[in-house]
Amino acid sequence: PAFSLFIFTIARDPLRIIILIAGAFFWLVSLLLSSLIWFIAVKASDPQDEQLQKGLLIFGVMFSVLLQEAFRFLYYKLLRKAIEGLVALSEDGCSPISIQQMAYVAGVGFGLMSGAFSMINLLADSLGPGTVGIHGDSQLYFLTSAFMTMVLIFLHTFWGILFFHGCEHRRWWEIAAVVIMHLTVSGLSFCNPLYVGSLVPSYLLMVAAAAWAYLLSGGSAQNLRRFLLCKC
Amino acid sequence: MITFMNNSDSEEEPCNERTSLMSAESPPVPSYQDGLQASEAGEAQAHRKRRAGSSRGPNNIAGGEMSGSGVPVRESALENEEEELTLKYGAKHVIMLFVPVTLCMIVVVATIKSVRFYTEKNGQLIYTPFSEDTPSVGQRLLNSVLNTIVMISVIIVMTVFLVLLYKYRCYKFIHGWLILSSLMLLFLFTYIYLGEVLKTYNVAMDYPTLFIVIWNFGAVGMICIHWKGPLQLQQAYLIMISALMALVFIKYLPEWSAWVILGAISIYDLMAVLCPKGPLRMLVETAQERNEPIFPALIYSSAMMWTVGMAKPDTAARGPSQQTWDAAEDGREHLRSPSHAESQMSETRSAVPTRPITSSEELEEEERGVKLGLGDFIFYSVLVGKAAATASGDWNTTLACFVAILIGLCLTLLLLAVFKKALPALPISITFGLIFYFSTDNLVRPFMDTLASHQLYI
Repeated sequence: PAFSLFIFTIARDPLRIIILIAGAFFWLVSLLLSSLIWFIAVKASDPQDEQLQKGLLIFGVMFSVLLQEAFRFLYYKLLRKAIEGLVALSEDGCSPISIQQMAYVAGVGFGLMSGAFSMINLLADSLGPGTVGIHGDSQLYFLTSAFMTMVLIFLHTFWGILFFHGCEHRRWWEIAAVVIMHLTVSGLSFCNPLYVGSLVPSYLLMVAAAAWAYLLSGGSAQNLRRFLLCKC
Repeated sequence: MITFMNNSDSEEEPCNERTSLMSAESPPVPSYQDGLQASEAGEAQAHRKRRAGSSRGPNNIAGGEMSGSGVPVRESALENEEEELTLKYGAKHVIMLFVPVTLCMIVVVATIKSVRFYTEKNGQLIYTPFSEDTPSVGQRLLNSVLNTIVMISVIIVMTVFLVLLYKYRCYKFIHGWLILSSLMLLFLFTYIYLGEVLKTYNVAMDYPTLFIVIWNFGAVGMICIHWKGPLQLQQAYLIMISALMALVFIKYLPEWSAWVILGAISIYDLMAVLCPKGPLRMLVETAQERNEPIFPALIYSSAMMWTVGMAKPDTAARGPSQQTWDAAEDGREHLRSPSHAESQMSETRSAVPTRPITSSEELEEEERGVKLGLGDFIFYSVLVGKAAATASGDWNTTLACFVAILIGLCLTLLLLAVFKKALPALPISITFGLIFYFSTDNLVRPFMDTLASHQLYI
């Protein structure tokens, strides 16, 4: 679904593609830094201690989330400046792309990159021979991974919109809400393989974030109804 | 090299008249190409104010951050109304380069992942005489550095040779050389490639069919690249050639040498294009003096080329074939003075020889293209292909390198817009790519693997 989002909404406009790739790049850099920290921490600690490793992993995850949000903020700053540049360069005084569109594209960029990194090795392995969960792990590994990745991609998209909106209007509580949501979702994934614990709340959060982002983007229940009614 | 191609109505513009593009060949030439476009655009830019508009384009994205330094430049750009029209197409240029680079990389990665042949070590090129099978790390490092030195010196020698040939107007020789090498590429390497692919998928093929297929492919390729052909077919052929070349490199360059060579090539590129004493600079100046296109050479162009060519009276006079190359030169010199007078009346000029194509000329006024040297394609693909072949993190590393290269390309185009002269396309992208490759392979991979095994998500 994320890929189809890409094709339908982004691939037309070259500017959006550039923003997308740049967003992916920022996510990548944040991942790099967070894995650097984790790596150092692991190397500096005792590899035999299971609990410590687990704890370090959790720490690594949280730190990575915080870094991701920090990079989202940096990206926001960059895009703000870019908008000014675009406005100055364009002929009729208004930018060819609005900050909300940029927010959306940036969110998709982040999401795609994170999704790709989460899923792609799995996909490659799934092409090969083997049985899922042969060592007593869950048999639904692939499925749940796929769903989790999808929800994460969507969440990144919505968080992008919310985050940028919060930065635009200086509503710090929105930004804080995004960060907290991200932390929550990552934290929920610790419940794996108890999938009920992680997937369901994540989806609920996603729906909430979707509604919020939709409202922020100027949609409303009326629009939704009109859209649905027109179609059928 | 990255350069802008302005399809506007000036005759001195060498880029416009290029109707023949040739394929990448032996190792030296690609890197020569890297600088080539530098010079290309250098002189092109010198002749044109209008292009400033199109060069603004890629500035759009991070234009804001340059707002401080860019303002005075931008003021002058804004004065010219025509330039503003082309601003919209700025991002399009970036995409026009993204797509072929992406395609090339995809082809290379797909082949690497599926066909075993290209990851087996079957020997080395004579350009890299030192083997890397030595037991100690220090020895291996030394060998790879020596390999790099050999390779780079070969490239430098070939480049200087080419510049000398160009300086002394041995065009036929250069032509013959390029034709020969593209012949070899199109036929021999394609044959090997097809053979390996068919072997991998266990498809039976008889020799006559193979002969016909390769003959058609090669013949159409030669025509397309050296003469005239539909733009997209030309682009497709160039991409395939670059991919083939990159695959050859990936196969035959030993591991550490490949990375050191990549680094060294980008440094060389930087120096050859920007230093005043570089051979490529000399090439630019010579070509500028003679006011002719630097070379019918190894570049990828992203916009309508031959339609532009057909709409220009001087290229019409030049004729499509390469045999008239020398005559064309004189023809062009001769034509420049009368057409100068006509350039004021752009309509008459375009109306004279090409009445039916005037519409396309109006179109091409808007279409400004960007040119990228084929050597750049090749080395980007080598980087990504090596990442795909040798990284244990598999797709993550490949993806990371891919994004890094694209971002590097973006930044380079941005700088191109700011500096408005030809720039080496390799250094930034390759640097990013190398950084990301090594860091992703060593740092991110264990992290992601651990996360995936616990099914945690960040």
